[in-house]
Amino acid sequence: MIGFLFFLSSTVALISALLTVTRHNAVHALLYLVITMMAIAMIFFLLGAAFAAALQIIVYAGAIMVLFVFVTMMLHQGEVTMKQEALLYQAKQSSTAIILCVLLLLELVYMLSSFSTAQTIMTPINVNELGAQLYGPYLLLVELSALLLLSALVGAFHIGRRHQEQDRQL
Amino acid sequence: MIDPDYIVFFSLALFSIGVYGVLVRRNLVFMLISIEIMLNAVAVIFVAASSYHGTSDGQIMYLLILTLAASEVAIGLSLLIHMYRRRHTLDVDQLSNMRG
Repeated sequence: MIGFLFFLSSTVALISALLTVTRHNAVHALLYLVITMMAIAMIFFLLGAAFAAALQIIVYAGAIMVLFVFVTMMLHQGEVTMKQEALLYQAKQSSTAIILCVLLLLELVYMLSSFSTAQTIMTPINVNELGAQLYGPYLLLVELSALLLLSALVGAFHIGRRHQEQDRQL
Repeated sequence: MIDPDYIVFFSLALFSIGVYGVLVRRNLVFMLISIEIMLNAVAVIFVAASSYHGTSDGQIMYLLILTLAASEVAIGLSLLIHMYRRRHTLDVDQLSNMRG
């Protein structure tokens, strides 16, 4: 049953990821991306990582997607943007990239098939152990990620700020 | 139970889709979305390895990937807004001169 659910959710994730990278409308692509995130969260649940699944839904499908949707709302101009995007991406012209990606996938799969994993034991990890690890041996990494987030905040504010003199030059 | 080979195959396929997206799209929004897909593929393999080995290290790596993705999206989207203000387009091929 778990295997069947895994196949179902991974198929959903792959199909919606393919639809994400081929849409012309950015909003449609983002909605397909949310479906991909949900399917990946389902896979995390099946792997016994309930905390990771919850974080996937809250942070990825929630917070990061909200960022994307807000920016798309600011920049999307309806038909004009759609026409520009239809000129920028044509599925017929992407055959070289398809060949390259299929080659990459085949190579990775070949590399994978040279060694086999015999047992299929999957142990669920509880949040208790995760928290103890996070605030024990990995304490420095937590501090570093806090610094990373702070610098990203400062950088995003600085880049996104409207500079009056630069606008006048245009 | 789920065979680890299938999970690795799923992750590789998702990663290839992300690479395809970065290669073919010229709109900056779609390139950022494709990078998100690739980061998710890596996260899947980390979480799978964590539950395969029975240790929590992989999930801690997943938390770090999540942090990285959030920062990357914040910086990337602010760069995108900046680019749209200056150029009024999101085509990355327009950014071919370094005069600024």
